[in-house]
Amino acid sequence: MYSVNYHRANSVDDAAKMAEAGDAKFLSGGMTLIPAMKTRLAAPSDLIDLTHISELKGITISGRTVTIGAGTIHYDVATHTDLKALCPALCHLASHIGDPAVRHRGTIGGSVANNDPAADYPSALLAMGATIITNQREIAAEDFFTGLFETALEEGEIVTAVTFEVPEKSGYAKFPNPASRYAMTGVFVAKGKDGVRVAVTGAGDNGVFRSEPLETALATSFDAKALEGLSVPSDNLMGDLHASPEYRANLIVVMAKRAVLAANG
Amino acid sequence: MGIEGIGARVVRKEDKRFITGGGRYVDDMVVPGMKHAAFVRSPYAHAEIENIDLTKAKGMPGVIGILTGKELKADGIGNLICGWMIHSKDGTPMKMGAWSPLAIDKVRYVGDAVLIVVADTKGQARDAAEAVEITYKELDAVTEAVDALKPGAPQVHAESDDNLIFDWEIGDGPATDAAIAKAAHVTKVKIHNNRLVPNAMEPRAALGQYDKAEDHYTCWTTSQNPHVARLVMSAFYNVAPENKLRVIAPDVGGGFGSKIYIYPEEIVCLWASKKTGVPVKWVADRTESFLTDAHGRDHVSEVQMAFDADNRIIGLKVDTIANLGAYMSLFSSAVPTYLYATLLSGQYAIPAIHGNVRTVYTNTAPVDAYRGAGRPEATYLLERTMEIAARELGVSPAELRRKNFVTSFPHQTPVIMCYDAGDYGASLDAAMAASDYAGFERRRAEAKARGKLRGIGMSCYIEACGIAPSQAVGSLGAGVGLWESAEVRVNAVGTIEVLTGSHSHGQGHETTFAQLVSDRFGLPMEQVSIIHGDTDKVQMGMGTYGSRSGAVGMSAIVKALDKVEAKAKKIAAHMLEADESDIVIEDGALKVAGTDKTIPWFQLALAAYTAHNLPQGMEPGLKEGAFYDPSNFTFPAGCYICEVEIDPDTGKTAIVQFVAADDFGNIINPMIVEGQVHGGLAQGIGQALLEGTSYDAASGQLVTASYMDYTMPRADDLPSFVVSTTVTPCPGNPLGIKGCGEAGAIGSPPAVMNAITDALGHEDITMPATPHKVWAAAMKH
Ligand SMILES: Cc1cc2nc3c(=O)[nH]c(=O)nc-3n(C[C@H](O)[C@H](O)[C@H](O)COP(=O)(O)OP(=O)(O)OC[C@H]3O[C@@H](n4cnc5c(N)ncnc54)[C@H](O)[C@@H]3O)c2cc1C
Repeated sequence: MYSVNYHRANSVDDAAKMAEAGDAKFLSGGMTLIPAMKTRLAAPSDLIDLTHISELKGITISGRTVTIGAGTIHYDVATHTDLKALCPALCHLASHIGDPAVRHRGTIGGSVANNDPAADYPSALLAMGATIITNQREIAAEDFFTGLFETALEEGEIVTAVTFEVPEKSGYAKFPNPASRYAMTGVFVAKGKDGVRVAVTGAGDNGVFRSEPLETALATSFDAKALEGLSVPSDNLMGDLHASPEYRANLIVVMAKRAVLAANG
Repeated sequence: MGIEGIGARVVRKEDKRFITGGGRYVDDMVVPGMKHAAFVRSPYAHAEIENIDLTKAKGMPGVIGILTGKELKADGIGNLICGWMIHSKDGTPMKMGAWSPLAIDKVRYVGDAVLIVVADTKGQARDAAEAVEITYKELDAVTEAVDALKPGAPQVHAESDDNLIFDWEIGDGPATDAAIAKAAHVTKVKIHNNRLVPNAMEPRAALGQYDKAEDHYTCWTTSQNPHVARLVMSAFYNVAPENKLRVIAPDVGGGFGSKIYIYPEEIVCLWASKKTGVPVKWVADRTESFLTDAHGRDHVSEVQMAFDADNRIIGLKVDTIANLGAYMSLFSSAVPTYLYATLLSGQYAIPAIHGNVRTVYTNTAPVDAYRGAGRPEATYLLERTMEIAARELGVSPAELRRKNFVTSFPHQTPVIMCYDAGDYGASLDAAMAASDYAGFERRRAEAKARGKLRGIGMSCYIEACGIAPSQAVGSLGAGVGLWESAEVRVNAVGTIEVLTGSHSHGQGHETTFAQLVSDRFGLPMEQVSIIHGDTDKVQMGMGTYGSRSGAVGMSAIVKALDKVEAKAKKIAAHMLEADESDIVIEDGALKVAGTDKTIPWFQLALAAYTAHNLPQGMEPGLKEGAFYDPSNFTFPAGCYICEVEIDPDTGKTAIVQFVAADDFGNIINPMIVEGQVHGGLAQGIGQALLEGTSYDAASGQLVTASYMDYTMPRADDLPSFVVSTTVTPCPGNPLGIKGCGEAGAIGSPPAVMNAITDALGHEDITMPATPHKVWAAAMKH
């Protein structure tokens, strides 16, 4: 790790001001940023610690609208009783991120801001049509996740929360990469008032995306049987040591079926 | 058996300090004035070093010294050696390229050390290392052994044309060819044994300290054999004469073979300490471990197994190409030859065997012994071939094996080894019973109803442990003898220190060795301390690898205990005015058998040291040493049965049952033995299902250089193992023990792969059987 100036922020405004100096980076759980710094792949001059900002933490539910503070750790999402009653798919998803240590440090804000193409949350937010709230504006998930580790966030912009309307039905199924256990293919299905949305993570060569063929098939009948015999194209899917695009195409359909089964309980 | 004696499940004495953070590893060592090192390493797989510019780096904060290979050479530090000479079949010696601890003109793999930076802090050393400017001329690289042998392949070393190090053979070629020619059936198989990264929990580390006043060096290092390290650093690398060099291997967090070798870093840290005048510490980070720890396995083989009309094996022909990486590591030449091809007979009576092995240089990390070292390669090859043969012949895999078992002992194989004892049928029966082998088809049908493919596979392994009779290995080219030493020091109040030349880095010597002493004298274990790992404390020893610490190391202790016992009995006989032959030692006392005359152990010890009343002419004291040179290898063997369920939709394999029935001879501590089996199975299953090292063929970059891409086995990848033992005592050593440290890793990969291919219905899959590969294979089904 290179030496770095550490700042502890006590409020979002505070953090935004601190970020004006040098080549600063925000620190949430540090589960992505710290390893990158340790291996000297990331070298910020200043580190602005968001983990002591209380306004960034917690889950609020009003009717079917859920708002999760950016600083909420995965463990808290996974184990939130009211959220579990309303949207078990998201709790299930959070409970399968990394290992217990990661789930007790890593945050939804960090995950969303980082937009790792194999991260789990982006698929849920895209499928549920969530909104990402920052200290400057509100951005639809559709517009927020723009590519591999790319988001619509501007320099110095802070994610403060994500919010969404809980769909009528939702489900998530993940096939983990054997080594990293990130999603090698993860599929989130949501059946809501805007119809069926299916978002795929871990498989696209440009990050999380919606699968039209799956959405069309499930719009007719929200049942795993509707996906029987269906295949999705392998163009624009990732190919690497662990999985070819063709294998990922297969996993998309298989995980989609399992996600629908879960959604239908 | 007492509660702490031989055969007792004594909880490991050392675990308390390990699991409470009290272990003392090299990185825990702090000496006055100590500074930190970083190595500058090659980012290329193959390149010429055109220029090194240190101007900028030398001006960086905290820098104490930056040292290059040229300076190292000028100071007379030698090249790294390979400790086992192999001759090609045409009689020429192996063609070994020079391995300078710091590369001078050329780098040959990604991670090759080029220079060392010493600075006040680790961070400063790294910053300065990044500021070193090296101009490289990149050359074409080759990473696969088969490719390295092709005409026109990039040449790794000038000393070896075509990258061929040696072309060696064992056994009888014409007899084997004749057997194949007249065979009723020949099974032909191509076998690929994947390359593995050892991944010890503790990364390698070295702390070199030069004491100017005494002109003396101390090296703390992560070593499985500190005395061998001292010998080699002294005799070959010219770091210092042996009496001026102390090597300490304190607590070591796992080795699996990778810490047998003397690597460039410890040599360079010692030398750098003298050059810079400060003690120099280096601790590998995980990336350096992936790049530079000696890797394991990496064989490609073609096999022909010939059967007569009665399904008896009449011949076995094996042609192997082994990748040794960019440099020949310390025992790299022995692993694919004498530790591998000598086991090609397996548990079977095979009249004719011929093995040919070509070893090859490539632009990859050096390859050497890794848990099992050669025997997993032999076992995988044989047991996959047996399984395939059984399928081709349409007979039960169990019965084909049983029919060909060696059943009378001693059994001389055509490939040097002489098996001393065993009962292979007993292991097979035990494993088949424990796995309900007979009920498998019902379970397969039940799984099918759930949409799962279920398969069963077995492996009957034999291995050679207790390496090894010195004269025998010497005649085969070893540069060292492979005896072991022990010293038993009885203190004046009867407590005992045992100094062993073996080294514990996870094996539990502090417990099992103490059990042995406790058993012998009836003393509580807490009165016995086991000392190892420091050349200033312990007499010359050969270290721990090849499952030798029990069979060889404990045998040396037994010899020393015999001497202590004999002297103690003499003293007791004198004091009790009895005949020496009537003295017995029980429950911590020496007694005259059949009388109530007795001396407590502590009093006897005191008498030996006060020396007021010793037999005429006897020297005072009670301390004896012994060297034990084994008469043969030992031959642990067993049968493993694996049952898998494959999800055809995703290719994910779940191991639903794993049964191990081992014969390790007599057992000192069953709990520790089971722990060793569990760990070995985890590594073997890791090799079969998860672990695969991948270099990019074009650039020679290591693709699997972190846990994001290299899959280590985790608890939830493994089933709850069903382990048991059968016993044929080893006739070759006083305790009748064989060794258990590697069996799990040796026997398990073919059992897993045989189960997977059974489930899939065809053979076309290599290790590791990743979900992707299994899915693709299931699609072809
Ligand atoms: C071993 C391991 C396994 C993992 N497995 C998974 C997995 O299976 N699935 C998965 O989805 N993830 C996984 N992760 C990643 C984990 O979920 C992290 O929590 C997540 O990637 C980043 O969250 P964080 O809070 O740690 O962010 P940090 O590491 O602190 O930050 C990540 C990035 O986001 C920026 N950032 C952080 N917070 C904000 C904010 N509020 N506003 C703007 N920018 C911000 C930082 O500057 C940095 O660039 C794993 C991580 C590890 C170490």
